[in-house]
Amino acid sequence: MKRLVWTLGLFVALLALLAIGLQLNPREVPSPLIGKPAPAFELVQLHKPGQKLGTADMKGQVWLLNVWASWCVSCRVEHPLLVELAKANVVPVIGLNYKDKNEAGLAWLAQNGDPYRLSVVDADGRVGIDWGVYGVPETFVVDKAGMIRYKQIGPLTAEALQQKILPLVRSLQQS
Amino acid sequence: MKRLFAAVLLAVASNVIADAALDARLRKLEEELRCLVCQNQSLADSNAGLADDLRREVRALAVAGKSDEEIKQFLVARYGDFVLYNPPVKSTTWLLWFGPFVLLAGGAVVWWAVGRRRSRKRSDDDDDDFRPPGGAPTPEQAVEKARELLDNPLD
Repeated sequence: MKRLVWTLGLFVALLALLAIGLQLNPREVPSPLIGKPAPAFELVQLHKPGQKLGTADMKGQVWLLNVWASWCVSCRVEHPLLVELAKANVVPVIGLNYKDKNEAGLAWLAQNGDPYRLSVVDADGRVGIDWGVYGVPETFVVDKAGMIRYKQIGPLTAEALQQKILPLVRSLQQS
Repeated sequence: MKRLFAAVLLAVASNVIADAALDARLRKLEEELRCLVCQNQSLADSNAGLADDLRREVRALAVAGKSDEEIKQFLVARYGDFVLYNPPVKSTTWLLWFGPFVLLAGGAVVWWAVGRRRSRKRSDDDDDDFRPPGGAPTPEQAVEKARELLDNPLD
């Protein structure tokens, strides 16, 4: 009897371990940049190639950095959510046009709608590396002091937006 | 003219050797780094766009005189320990590093306990089968019994 309880206990423990393992997503590598200052950049704007925008310009406000590209398939999935977010006008979203051709990026925005306060060009992906980008799309929440507070890997979902990102943005805006 | 030619040749040759040494060093380093996109491939083996970019970055850092350790730190700062195929020993990786040994030790304990229980059971069985009731006779008793049998044959 005692032995049966032991065996059953071990079996259940193993089952629990495997169940947890199945829930994890190995594609999601936690970013070491959470809670650290956002890597500084100063990049040319997609719509106005003569002008630049840098992380320094965003100091003092909460903002989102959304990494996107015209070649990125899952960017299309999250795009309607971004457009909706832009309409609600809660938080400025800066687009990082990652490893893309300018014409292609502009055409993509013209076709699908432009939810961004503005987009900047990271043609060679150098800024992407600094931000630890490895799977487009990715979305970062940056606070008033310029710290990264959250990173969404892969497309935004309505759930992530409602349950994590917007509440976080609100609380950061109030602090 | 001849001397100039030889000097140029030497310069080119030493350049080629230096490049080969750098290539070998980078190849070895890139094999210890994981590609973030194809997660079961090293940076050296992956054809992903990001792996290309990272190899370019690693090479630029190496040419700029950074050590292997500094290059690894550069990547870990951006992508976390995940990029290292050889993760560092720290509190979050204790389970990874020591878990197998804990399991091994646990297995050894179970093995020992089962073996002990089994051998005890067997010797208990031995006792039941062969020991006469009232315990084993002492040597003196045995000698006495033998003498008795010799003196009074059973038939």
